Amino acid sequence: MNAATIKPAPIRKTLSVKASREKAFKVFTEGLDRWWPKSHTIGEAPLREAVLEPREGGRWYGISETGAQDNWGEVLTWEPPARLVLAWRISGEWKCDPTVHTEVEVRFTEAGDGTTLVEFEHRMLENLGAGAVHAAEQMNGGWVMILGRFKDVLEA
Amino acid sequence: MTNALQRTDGAFAALADPTRRQVFERLGDGPRAVGELAAGLPVSRPAVSQHLKVLKAAGLVTDRPDGARRVYQIDPQGLGQLRAWLDRFWDQALAAFVAEAEREDTED
Repeated sequence: MNAATIKPAPIRKTLSVKASREKAFKVFTEGLDRWWPKSHTIGEAPLREAVLEPREGGRWYGISETGAQDNWGEVLTWEPPARLVLAWRISGEWKCDPTVHTEVEVRFTEAGDGTTLVEFEHRMLENLGAGAVHAAEQMNGGWVMILGRFKDVLEA
Repeated sequence: MTNALQRTDGAFAALADPTRRQVFERLGDGPRAVGELAAGLPVSRPAVSQHLKVLKAAGLVTDRPDGARRVYQIDPQGLGQLRAWLDRFWDQALAAFVAEAEREDTED
């Protein structure tokens, strides 16, 4: 199997933000914790803080209520206030995995009238595949087991 | 696990064909019948049916009868589901980002 031929479409989003390019970039990076959904964490405990170290090679990670850190990846490209590329190393099974390589790229362009165009892309999703299918099978197995028990109780 | 990897290989091979990938991506908008899928593509209806057959064998799509026709949709247990989940996740996260970036502007 040649991995180069495997390419599900990247997720792309284009947003218009009423803020300067500098501010948009800063809020996205240093201000990550102020907007990152707290409901989304791969750790076992609830997410307390989301951190992005503002430099090339810096890490981005979550800190749970128990103080545990979950590495999400690192900053691959740091070009304030124009461009940011992050490695997203979370497998299809929602586990930190340093061998998983998907990329999140965000571009900030001035659009006039104090507005910034934000172009977002999450690509190389093919690298999530093995885990995704495995996780789906596990989930399916879990339901089969739960329903099986339910049936046992009903029929007892 | 071996079984999972084999299934993934099948899914990847199925998506390697550009037209087949187009068919799969169209199903990202919701369930469609063969005729609806073929209408927007530069390939014949039998060709679309053939692509759907491969996608189904790879575990990427499922089908169900709807009257006289068959309706296809992305398999909720496969890679398509993960992509759809991520898509919604980013919609939510980026909406929060926009709100925060604009809120800070009004504060300064």
